[in-house]
Amino acid sequence: MSIFEYNGSALVAMVGKNCFAIASDRRLGVQLQTIATDFQRISKIHDKLFIGLSGLATDAQTLYQRLVFRHKLYQLREERDMKPETFASLVSALLYEKRFGPYFCQPVIAGLGDEDKPFICTMDSIGAKELAKDFVVAGTASESLYGACESMFKPDMEPEELFETISQALLSSVDRDCLSGWGGHVYVVTPTEVKERILKGRMD
Amino acid sequence: MKLDTSGLESFSTLTAPGDGVVVEFSAPPSFQLPNSNDFDGFVKEAIQMVKPAKGTTTLAFIFKDGVIVAADSRASMGGYISSQSVKKIIEINPYMLGTMAGGAADCQFWHRNLGIKCRLHELANKRRISVTGASKLLANILYSYRGMGLSVGTMIAGWDETGPSLYYVDSEGGRLKGTRFSVGSGSPYAYGVLDNGYRYDLSVEEAVELGRRAIYHATFRDGASGGVVSVYHVGPEGWKKWTGDDVGDLHYQYYPVVPSTVEQEMAEATGA
Repeated sequence: MSIFEYNGSALVAMVGKNCFAIASDRRLGVQLQTIATDFQRISKIHDKLFIGLSGLATDAQTLYQRLVFRHKLYQLREERDMKPETFASLVSALLYEKRFGPYFCQPVIAGLGDEDKPFICTMDSIGAKELAKDFVVAGTASESLYGACESMFKPDMEPEELFETISQALLSSVDRDCLSGWGGHVYVVTPTEVKERILKGRMD
Repeated sequence: MKLDTSGLESFSTLTAPGDGVVVEFSAPPSFQLPNSNDFDGFVKEAIQMVKPAKGTTTLAFIFKDGVIVAADSRASMGGYISSQSVKKIIEINPYMLGTMAGGAADCQFWHRNLGIKCRLHELANKRRISVTGASKLLANILYSYRGMGLSVGTMIAGWDETGPSLYYVDSEGGRLKGTRFSVGSGSPYAYGVLDNGYRYDLSVEEAVELGRRAIYHATFRDGASGGVVSVYHVGPEGWKKWTGDDVGDLHYQYYPVVPSTVEQEMAEATGA
């Protein structure tokens, strides 16, 4: 079994009309054994920027701490928040630093940039950026997530519809994956507010 | 009348006795063996290639009113869930059940085969086969294929002339008699609940609930178990299916979500 599948995870981000949504499952497991069902994979960098880290949980937490640290230094020096594009480059740079002994994480970054233009991107574990206009997925349920998103996604959805779509895509995908699920965690971000919701899901 | 000793005979020396129909069914099924110089190595590789669906929770236990047999319904291939509606409790005859863990094909095939053998025994001897006999029939067959990659972990449970009876049989050739078994990747979790709640003088309702609860907790902790929890009871009148609950609903039945109380409402800040 791959080290990326050691803890199990499902991550997805979608773009809507002047908004975005990012969602993850809530399981932390050790291979097939479920350890916790309230695990946080998505973290807030600032009000309009979120990062989800799929893959090995220990590396996800370490990487998150380093990212928060670097973002705080940036805020002190520049007296402003980072743009999503800049943050993606920072993540990429941090990952490539460990080119020959990588963090076993696949990040998903979602944020609102200049003029509240939504930005989503994903990366491999050594920092190869992959920008997308519609949706990005990561984790052990990524294959089923691709299928669900490919068939459910529509461009320019309003926040309410976007929430419904990303939630349904997540829940149906993790039902086909042994290593992820046990509930969901969804953030819908618009220029004026952040809506955070916990999803009930199958607990098996 | 002739004694059916086919379970005792080795396959190569078996000669066809009696008439056509009986021969066809009572003769042990034969399979072509691969023609290879390195047979063991070949078999080892073949096992890896047809790595069967694993990951299951099944349990069975004897109590004062009979036997309870319970199982989940998930089939997985690696991390992928290939089905959530597998029948893992196999009805061998109206008085006997088998459970399925390990390779799905191996279990299905050999249980069906066992069903045929049991029926033939019944026709030949004018009485139903004992659970002891049936389990030994299966164990002997599995033993004859030992080392060739069969993957079967099963419990044979039923009610015969001696009362309730339960055996564990596996493809390594093991055959154990007992009052409480659990098989599969989720079995440690199921044992935890089962051992904790088990008493011999449980009522049927209590026993069914114990079986259901044990499987549910296993599906919660074990990634490879899930779907529907089926619970069967075997009594003197034969088996009966009691419950078949979807774990998706069962979890919230056991643990309803309490709406979280808002500790403090946000309000406009007043003053400077």
